[in-house]
Formats: sequence, C-alpha cells, structure tokens
Amino acid sequence: MLKYLLPQGSSFAGDIDFLFLTIFVIVGFWFVLTMGMFLYLTVKYRRQDGVKAEYITGKEANLKRWITIPHALIILCDIVLIVGAVRVWYMVKQDLPEQGDKVRIVAQQWAWTFYHSGPDGELGTPDDIAVVDELHVTKDTVYHFQGESLDVIHSFSVPTFRLKQDLIPGREISGWFKPTLLGEYDIQCAEMCGIGHGVMGARLFVETPEQHEAWMQRVTAMASK
Amino acid sequence: MSADHADHAHHEPTFIEKYVFPTDHKFIATQYLVTGLCMALIGGFFSFAFRMQLAWPGSDIPVFGHMSPAEYNAAITNHGTIMIFWVAMPVLIAAFGNFLIPLMIGADDMAFPRLNRLSYQVFLISAIVIVASLFVPGGGFGGAWTAYPPLSAEAVYNLTPLGSSMWLTAVALEFVAFLIGGINFIVTAMNARAPGMKWDYVPMVVWMICIASILFMGSVGPLVAGAVMLLFDQTLNTGFYDPTRGGDPILWQHLFWFFGHPEVYVVLLPATGIVAEIITTFSRKKLFGYQLILFTAIGTGVLSFFVWAHHQFVAGIDPRMANIFTITTVLISIPIAEMLFLFIATLYKGSIEFTTPMLWALGFIFCFLIGGVTGIPLGASGSDIYLHDSYFVIAHFHYTFFPIAFIGSFAGITYWFPKWFGRMMNATVGKLHFWLTFIGFNGIFMPLFVVGLAGQHRRIYNYEHFPDLSTPDLQMLRIMATCSLLLLLASQTLFIWNFFYSMWFGKKAPANPWNANTLEWTVQSPPPHGNFGPDFPTVYRGPYEYSAPGRDSDFWPQSEPS
Repeated sequence: MLKYLLPQGSSFAGDIDFLFLTIFVIVGFWFVLTMGMFLYLTVKYRRQDGVKAEYITGKEANLKRWITIPHALIILCDIVLIVGAVRVWYMVKQDLPEQGDKVRIVAQQWAWTFYHSGPDGELGTPDDIAVVDELHVTKDTVYHFQGESLDVIHSFSVPTFRLKQDLIPGREISGWFKPTLLGEYDIQCAEMCGIGHGVMGARLFVETPEQHEAWMQRVTAMASK
Repeated sequence: MSADHADHAHHEPTFIEKYVFPTDHKFIATQYLVTGLCMALIGGFFSFAFRMQLAWPGSDIPVFGHMSPAEYNAAITNHGTIMIFWVAMPVLIAAFGNFLIPLMIGADDMAFPRLNRLSYQVFLISAIVIVASLFVPGGGFGGAWTAYPPLSAEAVYNLTPLGSSMWLTAVALEFVAFLIGGINFIVTAMNARAPGMKWDYVPMVVWMICIASILFMGSVGPLVAGAVMLLFDQTLNTGFYDPTRGGDPILWQHLFWFFGHPEVYVVLLPATGIVAEIITTFSRKKLFGYQLILFTAIGTGVLSFFVWAHHQFVAGIDPRMANIFTITTVLISIPIAEMLFLFIATLYKGSIEFTTPMLWALGFIFCFLIGGVTGIPLGASGSDIYLHDSYFVIAHFHYTFFPIAFIGSFAGITYWFPKWFGRMMNATVGKLHFWLTFIGFNGIFMPLFVVGLAGQHRRIYNYEHFPDLSTPDLQMLRIMATCSLLLLLASQTLFIWNFFYSMWFGKKAPANPWNANTLEWTVQSPPPHGNFGPDFPTVYRGPYEYSAPGRDSDFWPQSEPS
C-alpha cells in the first residue's frame, strides 16, 4: 500500500512495505474488532428507563473468556509480527550482500558530501568524485556505504529506498542499498541538526551505467578545467 | 496523626497560610492545575505558530509574525517539552494526585504537607525558567525535546548558549519537583489510608498515580545524572558526550530514553485511572476485573523499563540489539490491549449515561486505541527503518499523548469539578467543547499519518526544500491539519469560559452529584480544610459496588455501614 504514496526504489523497499502491510492487516483486524465491540456496547447499553445495570465482577468464567482468548491470540499475532520484523531488519541492517560499488557519505551542518568511486571503481583513490548534495548511483548495483558525521548527529534518509541510518560523529557506520528504480529522488537529514536542519536535503540520481559513465566524464572534465 | 487531625479541625488557615505558603493538598492541587493549564496555553500557542508556518510557509503569522528557522526549532522543541513536563505531569500526576489521594483514601492531608509545598515551589521555579529561556539572547533551545548531543552540548552547533542551558536546568528542576511529589504520593497512599481501606479497596486512580510515581522514581535517576553531565558539557567544557575527547553521544540517548519511555506510562497510568473511575460511575457497573487491571498496569510498568532502545533502532546502536528491543516492545502490546479490553468489558450490561466526563472517558478509549495500534509498526524494527522520525511517529504519539494529557485531564476536571470548586459545570457547553475538541484533534492527526507514510520527515520548517515533499496533495493535507488545529484551539475558549464561569456562577454542587461510591463524595463540596472533620471515615467495601444485587439504590458508598 505504501507504494501508492511513494515508489519502491530499492531491493528491500518491497520487503519493508510488505512488513508494514502485514502489520496493518493483523493490527487492523484487532482494531476493527475492538473498536466495533466498544461502539456496539456503548450504544447498546446506554441508559434506558427501568433497566438496571448488572452486577458483574469480571471473575465469571463465561465472561472472562472474552478477555483470555483474545489475550492468547494476541500473543500469537505478536510472534508473527516479531518474526516478520526481525527478518526484514536482518536483511537490511545486519546482512551485507557482496559489494558492487562503494560510496562514502559525510554529513555536516548543513550539507552532504558524497564520495563516489570514480572511473576506477575504487573508493579512496585520487580519482574519487566528491559532490556536495548530489548522490549518483547506478541501478541494480549493490552499494556499500560508509557514513560519517563531522559535527552533530545527522541521519541519512532516502524515503524511496525505505532506508534510514543515523550518522554519529566519531564513528564510521556502514550499510548497504541496491537501487532498483531510475530517476531523481529526495535525500533527507532525518535527525534534528540545528537551524539549517530544514534545508539539509540532497538529491539522489539513480542512473543506467551509460548515464553514470557520462556523468563521471562530465564532472571530471569540469574539475580539470 | 489523629492529634494532628484534630488540630486541623479547629484551626482555620490565615490568608498567608492559605494562599502564599499553603500546605493544604487541595490548594496545592489547584496551584498545579492552574499552572499546568496556563503552560498548556503557551504550548498550544507554539503549535499554532509552527502549524501556520507549515501550512503557509513564510507567511506573516498572526500574533507571532514571520517565523525564522531558529524560531521554528525553538517552537517545536518547547512545544514538546512544555506539553509533557509542564502540562501532562503537573495536571495528571500532581494536580489529581494531590487532590484525590487524601480524599479518596480518607486522610486529612498528604503525609508530608511541607514537602508538598516545596514540590510545587520547585516546579513553579522550573516553569519560570523554561518560559524565561525563550527570551534570552540567542533565543530558546531548538535542538528537539530529546536534546541529543553534540547538538545540545555545544553552543557552536546549537547557537543558543543561554537557551539550551536554561532549558536543561528547567527540565532537571522539574524532575526534582516530581521526585519530591512522587515520594509524597507513595508514602501517603501506603500509610494514611482510613480504617478498613484494604489494598483492594483502594480506588484505581490512586493505584495508578502510585504506580506512575514508582516508575518515575525508578527511571528518572539516570537522566538527572545525564542532565548534569550535559550541563557540565555545556558550561564547564567537559566532554562526557564529545566523541573528540573520548565521550559518547549515544550515552545520552540511552539515559534519555531509559527515562523517556517509562515516562509515557507515567502519564498514561493516571489517565487510565481517571477513566476507570468515570466509566464505572456512569455505566453504574463494577470495574471488570479490578485485580487484572492492576496486574496489567504493573506489567506494563515493569516492561516499560526494557523497551527504551526502540527509539534508537537506526541511531547507530549495535543492530543485533534491535531484535531484543523489538521483542520487548511488541510484547508490551499485551498488557495494554488487555487493559483496554477490560475497560470496554466494564461497559457490558451497564447503564451508560453520556455526561460530559463520560464522553471524555469514552473519547479517551477511542483515541488511545488508535494510538496503541499505530505504535506496532514503529516497535517492529523492520518497518521502523522507514517510519522512524517521520510524521507517522508524530501522529502516533499524539494519538497517545493527546488522549492522555488533554482528553484524560478534561475527563478528570469535568468529573471532579463539582467536588473541587463546589459548583457544577455547564453540561451543554461541556459537551460542545468535547465534540469540537474531538473532531479537531482527529482532523489534525489523521492527515499527518498519511504525510508520514508518504515520507515526510520531522522538524522541518519548510518542505519546499524537498521536491518530493512539496507536492500540492501533501500541502493540502498539511493545510487540513492546520485548519483542524485552529478549530481545536478555538474551541478551548469554551472550556476556559466554562471553567471560570462555573467556578463563580455555576449551580451549587451537592456532596455527591454523580451518585458515586468513593470517599471524596461523602464530604461537602468543596471539602473543608482537613477534609473529613473530627472523625476519619471507616471503609467497608471496594470502590465500585454499583448496581449490587438486593439493593434499591444502584450505588453503595465505601463508608456506608452494611
């Protein structure tokens, strides 16, 4: 359902959306049931002349079932939810598929610097391409990222990827994503980082290998001028 | 205690004793109530200012004027801080705790009346400090109510050297005030109960305020220490949270949320206690499963100490830790769901009268149910990767905090107003106020769920800087939320009018206008200094003996001999 609000731009976006849908359906079932019961009882037992309330303590076995059975079922649903959540979490945050390319993300008040690997495909070499507020990646490549912050806590957030990771000063935080949708999307800073937090956006460009190649030539030519 | 009590009966307090240095629990309760409601006006004004900015970015906001990014950050930060620490806490715990505990357990006052006075005085100072922090050079603190360092620790980053230190001082002082108050509530409930008031005869709201106080005292200690360290980082140039000098910014997050999550239940439990009193009275029913509700409250309280890191799933903690906290967080749904089930079951075969307090209590169940279920996708680590720090979070916790802080408080105020001030509130205006507030509230946060799911992140003063978020559809939802807020705020004038008009000109209230069972309804309205006169009441039965079989009357006061 989330894809109607925002396209799924990464390999795991669909899994996160499916987890959300699962939770929505399970929780929605309980919500409708509980809310329906609540509204029904409220209307059905409104005060009527000559009708006295009944004396019920809550210890009656036939009535207590209405609490204990849902209680047991909720534990069951919780187990399903936990398994689903941990599965998706493991895939996105604990697992690290084999690297196709790497990008270094450096956040500071209030800008992003993205270090791309350049024509040689290796990060940390002289031909690295550093760009402010623009991240250029190729579709269907597994990217490892290495996130850093120079001052306060920032959070690298790409809604179309369904990816979010806080960047902490003094640490290197790694993770991965695999873009699956061509186009241009928002990158946000999702952690309050001072007065410029509201303008700390960047743009993500997901390109075909040819477009990416052309972009690299363009920026290297610009740099050598 | 009885000698002390006899003293009270003969000695009417002088003007200074009553109004300047009061020790009467009812007057201190009134002080907390009025201070809390005044702070709510400030917190509400902030929400007006920043929602106007979000709906019509850059426009000239009435009363406020043009809003800069720094002012926007200060407004959202102080809105959150004030609403939780200076509205929900003083009204729900301190005002109702002070007013209700002695009256409901049959005591003449709190166990430590002078500590009680000190608690309010410290609280008042903290309120003055937080309000003053908005007017110092550099402006108020704008690093969000969670105040994550290094942003909050260093003036070069937050640009509010005075504002952030004063904000932190105010919060620490507020904690001190509620530590003093919490000790008082617990000691009073344990030691000052009237003869015959066994543990399972104690009204639910007293239980809930005591459990909340225990949770608060158990969780706030680490944060007070953390706040002192942060204050040292700000002012003495220490490096507790500074990674360049061996400190750790994540440490603050652990200390903050170790308190921050139990805090949710600290304010939730008193509100559910208020709701329990009201739904039993107005459905003329015994509480369904008194002990079970108590166990769910205690269970929730214990579990709440083990869920804090679900606020930090993507904060850079060890990713394996998220799995543990997902389990504890999802499990907390069990006691909370069960508590709501038990409240709903209490309505079964009742005789429900839709008075103003009952509307608020039912409205609480309605809204809190939405707040509860929308917490699950946030507690589940996998989906929280996307939803963390989005407007979905904002909508979720407002669906919990608004029912707690406002719907719960309005329920309590309209229910106990006759006892508190000796006069009845206007029921027609009260119901109109309920419906407009209820519609306004849902109108604000339903659209915000949607913008959150569409990827809108929090604490941004103008979404025009984010092309994917500056679409006309999303902007329309933002405008809908702001218009609903205007309705919500405007309808509070009804409450303010009703509150003050009824206080002075309302119909005189009898001792027991709702035919309720608990002890506070056996004394005149308002209760005199010393509450019960020369003799303490004796308690013969539990608080919810409504519609007992074999009796003509459908209620059975706790102190009526059988």
